[in-house]
Amino acid sequence: MADPIGQVRAGARAFRMISGMWIRSTLTYRASFAMTTVGNFALTGLEFVGILLMFSQVDRLGGYSLPEIAFLYGTAGAAFGLADLFAGSLGRLGTRVRDGTLDAFLVRPAPVLAQVAADRFALRRLGRVVQGLAVLGWSLLALDVAWTPVKVLLVPVLLISGGAIFSAVFMAGAAFQIVAQDAAEVQNAATFGGNAMLQYPPTVFGDNLLRGVTFVLPLAFVNWLPALYILDRPYPLDLPRSLAFAPPLVAAACLAAAGLAWRAALRAYRSTGS
Amino acid sequence: MSDTVVDEAVPGAASAAAFIEVDGVEKVFDVRRKAGFLRRTRHEVRAVDSLSFTVARGEMVGYIGPNGAGKSTTIKMLTGILTPSAGRLRVAGIDPSRQRARLAHRMGVVFGQRTTLWWDLPLIDSYRLMRRMYRIPDGRYAENLARCVELLELGDLLEVPVRQLSLGQRMRGDIAAALLHDPEVLYLDEPTIGLDVVSKVKVRAFLRDLNKERGTTVLLTTHDLTDIEQLCRRVMVIDHGRLVYDGELDGLHDLGGGERTLVVDLERELPPLDVEFARVVRVEGARQWLAFPAGQSAAPLVARIAERYPLADLSVREPDIESVIARMYARDASVAP
Repeated sequence: MADPIGQVRAGARAFRMISGMWIRSTLTYRASFAMTTVGNFALTGLEFVGILLMFSQVDRLGGYSLPEIAFLYGTAGAAFGLADLFAGSLGRLGTRVRDGTLDAFLVRPAPVLAQVAADRFALRRLGRVVQGLAVLGWSLLALDVAWTPVKVLLVPVLLISGGAIFSAVFMAGAAFQIVAQDAAEVQNAATFGGNAMLQYPPTVFGDNLLRGVTFVLPLAFVNWLPALYILDRPYPLDLPRSLAFAPPLVAAACLAAAGLAWRAALRAYRSTGS
Repeated sequence: MSDTVVDEAVPGAASAAAFIEVDGVEKVFDVRRKAGFLRRTRHEVRAVDSLSFTVARGEMVGYIGPNGAGKSTTIKMLTGILTPSAGRLRVAGIDPSRQRARLAHRMGVVFGQRTTLWWDLPLIDSYRLMRRMYRIPDGRYAENLARCVELLELGDLLEVPVRQLSLGQRMRGDIAAALLHDPEVLYLDEPTIGLDVVSKVKVRAFLRDLNKERGTTVLLTTHDLTDIEQLCRRVMVIDHGRLVYDGELDGLHDLGGGERTLVVDLERELPPLDVEFARVVRVEGARQWLAFPAGQSAAPLVARIAERYPLADLSVREPDIESVIARMYARDASVAP
């Protein structure tokens, strides 16, 4: 535990091995895999169809045009999809704590977090990522934005740090589930709920909510702040525009904090049992 | 390393070759109970209390006790799943809770109640993953797997998802999984629970060979005294978190095996009955346990009791682990204040 880099490396190795096994096992039933992935893609796509229907009645939503909304939707969806792909399994940890099967992970020579995250690794969750990226791709074509090198670079940075922030939320949620055992809904509110919120512009939400997702649970850094910079839109709460470049730092801080929470929760589990 | 440790293994005595060292270990759980809206009462449960023993390398030790006595808690502490509240614990010189992953390479664990295999995947997938996770050299892996497949008769089961295996098949699969990386110590928590007679015989034979040929240290908990009789020379009995017996199996037989137990339910609570040739070993409400020599018939004893006391119901128990422990506990309670 004293060697965080060694831990991360061991975790990455374990994650690769376990997720690889699950991928191979899913691919033995190719037809079933193809169907669930397409289903996942279509199901998440329905959300965007809802937005399109809305725009058949109005020209603007919270002052934003359809391509702009699509940009927000695509960035939030793809970032969340990435987090769900790599860390979504952490959401089911509560069940393992309750039925005691977490013990099996503790007797193996690999970091527990990686084992839980890779458990039942579901490649079909790629459907959500692909769908988010497709909407994002369309919005990039349709947007009327003066692209600069900085703005272009900011798009991949946004997706990666956004995915990392959501992953940190999944981790913190898993830590909370060890302690509270039955708190999956709290985590879902922050992850799935956060994703749904970030698909709309901040102008449709109240200031208190915006303060909460900026300073408490920093979901605003997933896409709003960098995206609004790219779209040349005013910032909510009179925040400084330099915050557009903060997401990587915020993501690193969130992961570190979630890592500490996870360690503390696991220590609590090991001193109380199930 | 001494080559005679197996024969020298004196129960309870600290040996220089001690492989498992448990010294004054305690485990206290903080239990919170709901006592109305938002109110919780807290109280401590002492699952393991000042537990001390050592196990030499290559020993095979039976660890028995009634439900809730602290057996599983002990195993969880030895494997690093739980951290002791107090005391010192070492396995192969390693503190399990601090160096969990390092110790994991050197130990195998089988929980009879639940599997450590990947539930939805074929058995062989779990084994392949173990091979990579434990970094087992290819030759060793092939050899160990072949051996387990042959002796535990897993040949037809390798492609079957774990969730479709019967309890006995799954248990054999779990035992194999725990042994692929050549662990120095194997913990078995109820390895024969729910198994049919044939499976039990197979599992026992396999464990005996493993201990004899590889010198694997084995600690097993069980409810089945036959497991212990056939496998272990040494047995430890735990009750209410305390070690109440640590010694040869024969000694345990002498203590509890020479007597049968008559369990009587009276119509009301009474002080311990006073009957010839029998003594009360336990009283619990209107129920009393009377021990009497195994060679004696129960009939006259029952007649005498029925004559003098308001008898509601009764049963005779052959000497089993429960009665052995009941006696042990009675003895323990009479010595301790």
